[in-house]
Amino acid sequence: MAYTKTKIRDLVAGKIDRDTLHTMLSTPKDKERFETYVEILQEQVPWDDKIVLPLGPKLYIVQRKADKKWVVKSHAGHEFCDWRENWKLHAVMRVRETAEEMEELYPRLMAPSTDWQVIREYYCPKSGDLLDVEAPTPWYPVIHDFEPDIDAFYTEWLGLEIPERAA
Amino acid sequence: MNAPTSIKGGIVRGGQTLKQHRDEIMEATRRTGHYAGLKKMELRDSDPIMYNKLFSRLRAGVVDARETAKKIAASPIVEQEGELCFTLYNAAGDSLLTSTGIIIHVGTMGAAIKYMIENDWESNPGVRDKDIFCNNDCLIGNVHPCDIHTIVPIFHEGELIGWVGGVTHVIDTGAVGPGSMTTGQVQRFGDGYSVTCRKVGENDILSRDWLHESQRSVRTTRYWILDERTRIAGCHMIRKLVEEVIAEEGIEAFWKFSYEAVEHGRLGLQNRIKAMTIPGKYRQVGFVDVPYAHDDVRVPSDFAKVDTIMHTPSEMTIRPDGSWRLDFEGSSRWGWHTYNAHAVSFTSGIWVMMTQTLIPTEMINDGAAYGTEFRLPKGTWMNPDDRRVAFAYSWHFLVSSWTSLWRGLSRSYFGRGYLEEVNAGNANTSNWLQGGGFNQYDEIHAVNSFECAANGVGASAIGDGISHAAAIWNPEGDMGDMEIWELAEPLVYLGRQIKASSGGAGKYRGGCGFESLRMVWNAKDWTMFFMGNGHISSDWGLMGGYPAASGYRFEAHDTGLKEIIRTGGEIPHGGDTDPQNPVWDSLLKGATIKRDKQAITTEAMFKDHDLYLNYMRGGPGFGDPLDREPQAVTDDVNEGYLLRRFAESVYGVALAEDSAGSFTVDTAKTDALRAKIRKDRLAKAVPTKVWMAGERERILRKEAGLQVQQMYAASFKLGPKWEEGYRKFWDLPVDWQLMEADLPIPSYGREYSMDLSELPDVKTVQFVEE
Repeated sequence: MAYTKTKIRDLVAGKIDRDTLHTMLSTPKDKERFETYVEILQEQVPWDDKIVLPLGPKLYIVQRKADKKWVVKSHAGHEFCDWRENWKLHAVMRVRETAEEMEELYPRLMAPSTDWQVIREYYCPKSGDLLDVEAPTPWYPVIHDFEPDIDAFYTEWLGLEIPERAA
Repeated sequence: MNAPTSIKGGIVRGGQTLKQHRDEIMEATRRTGHYAGLKKMELRDSDPIMYNKLFSRLRAGVVDARETAKKIAASPIVEQEGELCFTLYNAAGDSLLTSTGIIIHVGTMGAAIKYMIENDWESNPGVRDKDIFCNNDCLIGNVHPCDIHTIVPIFHEGELIGWVGGVTHVIDTGAVGPGSMTTGQVQRFGDGYSVTCRKVGENDILSRDWLHESQRSVRTTRYWILDERTRIAGCHMIRKLVEEVIAEEGIEAFWKFSYEAVEHGRLGLQNRIKAMTIPGKYRQVGFVDVPYAHDDVRVPSDFAKVDTIMHTPSEMTIRPDGSWRLDFEGSSRWGWHTYNAHAVSFTSGIWVMMTQTLIPTEMINDGAAYGTEFRLPKGTWMNPDDRRVAFAYSWHFLVSSWTSLWRGLSRSYFGRGYLEEVNAGNANTSNWLQGGGFNQYDEIHAVNSFECAANGVGASAIGDGISHAAAIWNPEGDMGDMEIWELAEPLVYLGRQIKASSGGAGKYRGGCGFESLRMVWNAKDWTMFFMGNGHISSDWGLMGGYPAASGYRFEAHDTGLKEIIRTGGEIPHGGDTDPQNPVWDSLLKGATIKRDKQAITTEAMFKDHDLYLNYMRGGPGFGDPLDREPQAVTDDVNEGYLLRRFAESVYGVALAEDSAGSFTVDTAKTDALRAKIRKDRLAKAVPTKVWMAGERERILRKEAGLQVQQMYAASFKLGPKWEEGYRKFWDLPVDWQLMEADLPIPSYGREYSMDLSELPDVKTVQFVEE
C-alpha cells in the first residue's frame, strides 16, 4: 500500500508512529516509496542538484545542476568524486589506533585492541559530519562498499526515466 | 511435478529409489532454472485455495508441534530459550515448511537427508516406515555437534512421500570440556559424541543399544533423554498431521504441494529482492579474534596456541533479474579451534537473517537456497577441506561474518527509502557461560547459560536497536528467568543489569546488552570458562554509526565472600558498570582477579563464593552520533545505557546534574560542544590518500601484529583474486610477499589436508560453488 508523504516524512525524521511502522514492516512494499522519499530529501538539502540515489543520511549521488554530471555529494555541499568512484578515497579521515583514542568512544576493556582492530572515521571535509566508520584490521584497503546499477534500478525495476547523465 | 512412474524398485512414491528421485529433481532444476522443472505450478494455479489451505494447515502444524514438544524438555535451553525447530521435507530432502525457533536447521537436516540419499541408506541400513534416524555430524552439514537431529521418514501406502526433522540444542555432547560449545579441543575428535545419520529406532521405538550408548556418551544424561523425546514427539505429531492432511485432501494434492512450495519459495525470494533492494555490487567484511596464545587457553596441541584473526570479505551481486550471488573469496582457512562451519550451516543461517527482512513470511524453505548462488572457496573456515576440523562453537564467526551482510542489504534499503528495514548489524552473541562438575544436586553436570539469546540489536535508520532482546540465531530471543537458571546451575545471581555503553554509538544507537554477576554456590569440583569476542568487535556501525563495544572477562577467586557475607559486609552486586573505574575489586581484598581482554578461555577451577561476570554484547549504531537528539542521550545516561563521560566525548551533549542526581541537557553548551567536535574532527583528519601513503609504508615494512599478518597470508593463499585486488589497491611491488611459512608461528594445515570425501564409500553432497 502507498503511504502519504507526511508518513514518509515522519519515517525519515525517525518519528513514524508504531501502527504505520508495523504495517510497513509486515505488508508488501510500496513501489512508489522511492519517488516520495527522494522528493522529501530534495526538500531538505541546501542545494539544487537533483538527488539520484541516497547513500546515507548525509550523502547522495546527485546530478550536478551546472553540467548534469553525476557526482557523490554531502549534505553540506562537498563534492567528493564521480558517482562510480569510492567517495571515501576523496574524504578526510582519522584512524583510531591507540588505546587512548579508543577510550574516547568506549570504556577501557570494552574497546577493541588496536593491534587487532582499528577504527577509521570518514568525514565530510566541509562540515566535519561523520559519514562512515570502518573497523578493520590494520593494513585493510578502503572498502568500496556500494556500486549501484542505477540504470537497471530506474528503468527495469521502477519504470522511471534515468536522469540525464553527462559523460 | 508429476511423479515419475517408469522406474520400479525404489521406496519413493511412484517407484523410484531415493537417489533416482533426487537426481531427477536436481537435473530438472539445473535444466530449467525452476525447482524440479516446475515452470508452472499446477496446484497453486488451478486450485489456489487448496494450495493455501495445505500451506496454512501444515505450517500451523509444525509450529504447534514445536510449541507442544518443547514442554517435554527439561533443559532450559529448549524449554526456556526455545532452542528447537521442526521442519517438513519432501522426498528429495528439500524443505517445504519450518516451525519457528532455530530455523538455521531448515537446511541442515535436509543436508543429512541428502547425505543418506546419496550414500544409499535405502539399501543399507534401509529406510522404512516408523524408522528413527539421529544425526549431528557437522562434516555433512550440521552447525555444531550439540544440535542433535531426529529424522523420521513419512510413508503413505508403503511409499516414501517425505521426511520430518526435529532438532534441539543439547546442553552437553561429551566434548573435551563440559558445555555445548566448548573451547578446549582443536580437532573434531574432541568435539564429543558424533552421530552420522544413524538408524536409532524402528517401529517408533528407540533401540536399547542406542539408549545405553548415547546416555553414557554425554554428561547431562537426563536432559539428553528428554530432549530426544521432545524431538521424537514433535516429529510424530507432524507425521500424523501429514497423514491426516492426505486423508482429507488426497495424496496428489500433498505431493504436488511438496514440490511447488519449494519453487514458490524460490520465486518469492526473487520477487522480494526486486521489491526491496537495488541492483548492483555490495562489499563488506567481517572479522573475529581467536586469541589462543594465552596462558588461560589450554589446548592439547602446541600448533594451535597461536593468535589468529578470522576474516570473511564478501561481495554481494544483485542482478537486474532479481537473482543474486554471494561470493566469499578471500576468507580465512579453517583453523585449529572450534569455530569452523560447514557450508550448509553458513548458507542456511543466512536464511535466519533473511526471515527478519527479505523474506519475512512463513514460507521459509529450500526455495531461497535454490534462488541464491553462493561461492564459498573450498578450504575456508566455512567450507573446510579437512575431516579433522572442530565445530563446537561455529557461531563465533558465523554471527560475526553475517553481521556484515546486514550492512550491504541495508545500503539498498536505505537507498530505496525502506528505512524501516535498515539494520546496522547483529551483536556478537556472547558471552557463553559454560562449565561443569558436580552441581547442587550432587550430579555430574554441564552448563551453558543461554542468557545471550538476548543481546543488543543493531540500530536502524529510524530508531535505536532494541536492548537485551535478540540473538541472530533465534529470532525469538529470550534471556530466561534468573530463577530457572539458578535451578539449572549452581550459580547464584548477585546482579543483572543493562551493560552501559555496550551498544555502538550513533544517531540511533545499537541496543545494549546486559550483564549478570554469578557467585558459585553449592558446586563441587567445578569449572567454568569464557567464550566471546574480546580484541575485536565484529559488529561495525553503518553510515557513521560506531561498532558495538567488544568483550572482556571478569572472574574472581578466593574472594573471601563467605566471611564478608557472614559478617554482613559489603559484597559486589549489580553490574560492573564502568570497567575503567571498577568498584568490586576493592571489596574483595586478597582475591585473585582476572579482569582483561582475554574473552576466550578454557576450563578454570571455581570454588563456592568465586565470581563470574557474564557480559552480553550490544549491537552496532547508525549515523553520526552528533546528530542524535540530545534528550535521547540524556535519557540513556539517566537510564543506565550510557556512561556519562561518553555523552560529551561521543555525542557532544553537555549535561547538567540536578540535586536528585538526574541529568538534563544544557542546550547552549551542547550546541557549542558539537560545533567544537566537528572542528576538532577536521583538525585531526587527513585526506584519505595521505593516510594511505603512510599505511602503505607500514605494509611494505610489515609493521603489524603476527595475528594480522597471518590473517592476510592465509587469505592470499586461498583467495588469489582477493590478493590481486589487495595488491592493486596498495600498489604493492611484486617482490612484496607475505607467506604463512615465513611467519614465526606454526601453520599446520597450511599445505596438507584430507577431505571427508576421500574416505572410502563416502559421497559428500556439494551445496555451493567452491
